[in-house]
Amino acid sequence: MMASSYNAKEEDGHHSGASNNGGAGVVKSKKPDNTAFKQQRLPAWQPILTAGTVLPAFFVIGLIFIPIGIGLYVTSNNIKEYEIDYTGADINDACYNCAKNFSWNSTTPCLCSVPFTLEQPFESNVFMYYGLSNFYQNHRRYVKSRDDSQLNGDRSALKNPSKECEPYRTSEGKPIAPCGAIANSLFNDTLELYHIDSNGTRNAIPLVKKGIAWWTDKHVKFRNPGGNSNLTVAFQDTSKPVNWRKPVFDLDPSDPENNGFINEDFIVWMRTAALPTFRKLYRIIQKKPSTTPTLPSGKYVLEITYNYPVRSFDGRKRMILSTISWMGGKNPFLGIAYITVGSICFFLGVVLLIIHHKYDTRNNSADIPS
Amino acid sequence: VRVCTYACGCTYHPRRVDSRTIYVGHRSSSTNEAFIPPKFCDNRIVSSKYTVWNFLPKNLFEQFRRIANFYFLIIFLVQVIVDTPTSPVTSGLPLFFVITVTAIKQGYEDWLRHKADNEVNKYPVTVLEQGRRIRKESEKIKVGDVVEVEEDVTFPCDLILLQSSRDDDTCFVTTASLDGESNHKTHYTVPDTEKDLETLNATIECEQPQPDLYKFVGRMHIYKNDQEPAVRSLGPENLLLKGATLKNTQRICGVAIYTGMETKMALNYQGKSQKRSAVEKSINAFLLVYLCILVSKALVCTTLKYVWQGKPGQDEPWYNEKTQREKDTNLYLKMFTDFLSFMVLFNFIIPVSMYVTVEMQKFLGSFFITWDKDFFDPEIKEGALVNTSDLNEELGQVEYVFTDKTGTLTQNNMEFIECCIDGFQYKYRDASSDLDGFCVTDGPLNKVQEKAGREELFLRALCLCHTVQVKESSEQGQGQRDQVDGFGLDGEVLPPLREQRGFIASSPDEVALVKGAMRFGFTFLGLESKNMKILTRNNDIEMYELLHVLNFDPVRRRMSVIVRSKSGDTLLFCKGADSSIFPRVRQEEEGYRTLCVAYKNLSAEDYAQADAGLMEARLALQDREQKLMAVYNQVETGMSLIGATAVEDRLQEEAAETMEALQGAGIKVWVLTGDKMETAKSTCYACRLFQRNTELLELTVRTLEDGGRRREERLHELLLEYHKKAVQDAPTWSSANQDYGFIIDGATLSMVLNSSSESNSSRYKNLFLQICQNCTSVLCCRMAPLQKAQIVKMVKNSKGSPITLSIGDGANDVSMILEAHVGIGIKGKEGRQAVRNSDYAIPKLKHLKKLLLAHGHLYYVRIAHLVQYFFYKNLCFILPQFLYQFFCGYSQQPLYDAAYLTMYNICFTSMPILAYSLLEQHICIEVLLDNAALYRDIAKNGMLRWRPFLYWTLLGVFHGLLFFFGVRFLFSNPALQDNGQVFGNWSYGTIVFTVLVFTVTLKLALDTRHWTWINHFVIWGSLLFYVFFSFFWGGIIWPFLKQQRLYFVFANMLSSVSAWLVIILLILLSLLPEILLVVFHKPRGPRQVELRHIHTFPLYFTHSFSPRFIYLFHFLTVLPLFSLWFWSSLMEPIFNIFIRGI
Repeated sequence: MMASSYNAKEEDGHHSGASNNGGAGVVKSKKPDNTAFKQQRLPAWQPILTAGTVLPAFFVIGLIFIPIGIGLYVTSNNIKEYEIDYTGADINDACYNCAKNFSWNSTTPCLCSVPFTLEQPFESNVFMYYGLSNFYQNHRRYVKSRDDSQLNGDRSALKNPSKECEPYRTSEGKPIAPCGAIANSLFNDTLELYHIDSNGTRNAIPLVKKGIAWWTDKHVKFRNPGGNSNLTVAFQDTSKPVNWRKPVFDLDPSDPENNGFINEDFIVWMRTAALPTFRKLYRIIQKKPSTTPTLPSGKYVLEITYNYPVRSFDGRKRMILSTISWMGGKNPFLGIAYITVGSICFFLGVVLLIIHHKYDTRNNSADIPS
Repeated sequence: VRVCTYACGCTYHPRRVDSRTIYVGHRSSSTNEAFIPPKFCDNRIVSSKYTVWNFLPKNLFEQFRRIANFYFLIIFLVQVIVDTPTSPVTSGLPLFFVITVTAIKQGYEDWLRHKADNEVNKYPVTVLEQGRRIRKESEKIKVGDVVEVEEDVTFPCDLILLQSSRDDDTCFVTTASLDGESNHKTHYTVPDTEKDLETLNATIECEQPQPDLYKFVGRMHIYKNDQEPAVRSLGPENLLLKGATLKNTQRICGVAIYTGMETKMALNYQGKSQKRSAVEKSINAFLLVYLCILVSKALVCTTLKYVWQGKPGQDEPWYNEKTQREKDTNLYLKMFTDFLSFMVLFNFIIPVSMYVTVEMQKFLGSFFITWDKDFFDPEIKEGALVNTSDLNEELGQVEYVFTDKTGTLTQNNMEFIECCIDGFQYKYRDASSDLDGFCVTDGPLNKVQEKAGREELFLRALCLCHTVQVKESSEQGQGQRDQVDGFGLDGEVLPPLREQRGFIASSPDEVALVKGAMRFGFTFLGLESKNMKILTRNNDIEMYELLHVLNFDPVRRRMSVIVRSKSGDTLLFCKGADSSIFPRVRQEEEGYRTLCVAYKNLSAEDYAQADAGLMEARLALQDREQKLMAVYNQVETGMSLIGATAVEDRLQEEAAETMEALQGAGIKVWVLTGDKMETAKSTCYACRLFQRNTELLELTVRTLEDGGRRREERLHELLLEYHKKAVQDAPTWSSANQDYGFIIDGATLSMVLNSSSESNSSRYKNLFLQICQNCTSVLCCRMAPLQKAQIVKMVKNSKGSPITLSIGDGANDVSMILEAHVGIGIKGKEGRQAVRNSDYAIPKLKHLKKLLLAHGHLYYVRIAHLVQYFFYKNLCFILPQFLYQFFCGYSQQPLYDAAYLTMYNICFTSMPILAYSLLEQHICIEVLLDNAALYRDIAKNGMLRWRPFLYWTLLGVFHGLLFFFGVRFLFSNPALQDNGQVFGNWSYGTIVFTVLVFTVTLKLALDTRHWTWINHFVIWGSLLFYVFFSFFWGGIIWPFLKQQRLYFVFANMLSSVSAWLVIILLILLSLLPEILLVVFHKPRGPRQVELRHIHTFPLYFTHSFSPRFIYLFHFLTVLPLFSLWFWSSLMEPIFNIFIRGI
């Protein structure tokens, strides 16, 4: 600092103090405190990772990971999964016509049915998913195109949705409820499953539509404006999303606990998927109280009300039947990864041990004369 | 006379610029009325940078000149203007915080500067105007004003001394705050000026302001009632410098000749330029690399986005239509904003928080230096002082130490040790003892009568040949002196009283010599009206008239006095270091300064001739120095030698140990001293800078004059010879080669640096540098302050730009302290100038060892790790987000929630690294101090070079890939809960983020070698905080948020076993290579030394683990990732069969 060199008062060690740059000159003419912290002598644990400590760790990791991995792999393999692509991309597909003749304006629903055979019976609860491919639910424009206050039952947001919902914010001069691109593109194919028993009769399999969405979403995050009663009134002066066939209060007229914003299909859809190929839970097939499997092996028919066009963006639609284990759906990745990492650790442990052992003896013998 | 052409100033003579004319008294009587008084600057000192009005714009401008701040400003503006994935708050808030804090700090500093300026500028002074004494503020002094200054007051500007209250027309000043010399210097009034200043009418011609404190030439024309103007020469002895203080004199009057910013003091002030550490340069280099990564990432994404959108149906599928505004936007503008959006999305890769953390680390870290009680010196009751915290880590990087000798290596505490008269040696001892059989104690010198005469002559010479003054500042001192005279007869009482006598001299050796003579019975009593009084052994008072003082100068290296004794003999006494006078005295290695004393009898004619010559030379305006020198040389011939003295300058405490430690640390030590070669050399031996087996390469005036050829040729020859010896023939493969020491003196150095021909100059400089770099230590003696700085600059700018450190205690070291990368001031005896201009100040030289070896080393390791870690953790933070773009249609969708994006660097991962960078001791302090060689481990910015940077970057890439793809594989089936429910994109991001936070924190934990409770608290605390924050953040519907993206995402994640398993797996897999490396690396524990012998792992790994091997290991550990791909696709069927078989 220039000023300090002009400070006429300073001479022969009489420091004026004003010229002290920075804050570090606090301790002056005073003996520094002899505390452990200030003298950088805090008691400290000084771990040293050596072969001696790490080698056992490798073995332990290996020994823990390999069984876990095998367990995971076996579990994953025991999960039964059956997948049907019903996009109708190919001319031989059952839904080819529906896919080809799709029009937003058609009033008559297009139906198609896909027969399939389950080679193995599905035990326990069976979960029915629909899967979409090449569907960018994680596109930024798409992800942000929603209004969570509106979905939480906020009345002002209902009448005046967030700007983020553009271009799905208003329609015919009225605010859209629920607004935004996500809601607008709600998956609206209807899937029904029939078991064809040995004598050829079709038995509809009961599909439970509750319990498919996160509990907190259903009960806290999503709320109907003005409670669940009389949704028609609550949603008056709003417009249905442009691509919907029916207004939001008609999503499930049969069950007021599953209607409007708290419709579980709607909630599931609103949780945007991480990747362009995804599956979403559609229905649950409860296991039967008797010992018979939930879905015995045999012939089945999937009845589809084909409302959802995916051909325009080269997408695919699937229906997946899956059982679930404690680790979720079928995914061999975790098991393989655990086995791999475990065996690498074990292998490295062995290699290191050999090196260590071999060298150590040599080292010791070399040390003795000196 | 030529003078007239200056005075009239009517022509634009080129000389005009070289001098200025000042009118004193009545201007009207000047011969040339046409002269317009030139405008000189006022006496205001301005050191402040800002005013109230320009503070904000100027400060902001300066702050945004920093590349980082500017970058963040741009990012912020982009976020404000363009529709970007993250809100401007995320980058605006930290930036605003940083800018504000810096502005407040700088504003406060400038306010202090204003205060100091005002103190100087508003200081009241007395100015004589038309016979009246007027009080004025110091800043209002104009050139030509006659200023009155009282005792103990600092001169407000550069003055020519006109009148002194002392009878002998002298005054005393100390220049402690100017050049650090605290002795009293005598200045003389202009001879024959009128006593009545009111009637004084004169002009002063002097050179234009120039920074050399010790040079001044001018002349004064005094006009007396139409007489021929009298001309008086003015020299430095007539000039009182601003900043110096009047001592021992009641009052003086002087005329201001240089004012304000033109004073020598202001001109000498070298702006303390901002020093930047090598680490900061590395940071900036890394920053550029990351900027390139950032830009290329954004470019890749933008390009791919438009390629991808080119496919039908992708850009705008029916479920995701664009808004009208987006549709209307021009394609190229859209591309550009997309590019900017990607930049914003990835901008976290260059974190503003790193700058905050680095600043905080430096600021807080510097406290440990001031707190260190080892730096506390009980004598001065002070510890170390940190003037700048920017250079802490530079202390760990020093390659060259430039040290001053006097006061730094030595105590600058001279003691008369022995003398040699006519070849016989006398040693002063407290107890009488014999040496060489001719020893004398403080009793009578020698019984042998014929020797007594020579001895007395010698002692008289010591008493006379000096410029020492007797201290008479107080009445008490005066009384004491009288007392001494009174007790003169009592031989028993005399010596102790005499010891108390205060002597003031320009150099401590003079005092030592006079004191030495006093011990042998010859006491110098003082100078009274040009008469020197000495008290002889027989208690007679002898008077000598002082005729001339031939001042000491570093080129002649001697001084003489011409005195006339009572008997009328004119004697010349000369004392000097010239080895040509006297062959060297034996005790060189003990570090004594030797001075030879000689005398001659001047005949009357000789004296008259010398007197005339001296007078003439002193009056010369041009080349006065040279003329004086010539006369001096002419007079100082034909002398006969009386004897020699040896004065010891004791070494500083632990100087030798410190120097040895520095050399052990691979630091090259250069001694730069103004002292003469012999003394400096012996100090070097004493400090063990030169060892017995060190071969000295000498390049001094003496060696140049050997051989009797032209100096230039000889220089050329010697340089080539030494170069061959030290550089070309030095076997590079062996470490135990010959040690070389190099000695050069100031005159030769200037020949090397300013050789006559341009091509030679650079060649010599190169040769010189190469020789020096191959020498273990270099001694540069007879250096002017500016030359010291030149040398530092030369080394600093040499190949490889080594880090230099200058250490000194005096004002003559200030230039080199300012020039070096790190400047250390010693709180020594020579004032505070060095301390104030230094970056760090320590009480003693010995503290340098701990400062460099322990503090410097630790600071460097800490900050290097901090920087690398920050880049690493942000790379693996942002890489998944980059990879995610490939899966979300290049839509700039952030992978993590905004809260995580903002908090990652601020809360979740900032504290552990800050604690680490403050507390880490990878090797504990004692070990660092005991093993100086450890300092070499981090030399040449070892931890921040490209190789480690590449390592950390690869690690970051590896981790980023692992995090992203690990979770990506998991999400190939998003049904991860045991109730069949699925996870969305925010769950994906949260899992990646959780793995990320845990991994980078645990990575730091692995690197931490010194776990204090603070480290434990902060590391585990951060992780806990992350978990609690995530619960909290996802546990509430936040009314101020537009989207409740993370609502219960974290809790749901934790309810999934698969998520747990993948998190554990990925953390472990990421750290696996680290753990492996730790095993193979040198055990860097505090007990390293013992461990070297008893540790249990292969030494061939621990010796030197080549980086190639490290990469191989990383490759090996990256393999699992790739193998996962293979296995999941190829091996699965095999696995299936295997499992079914069970």
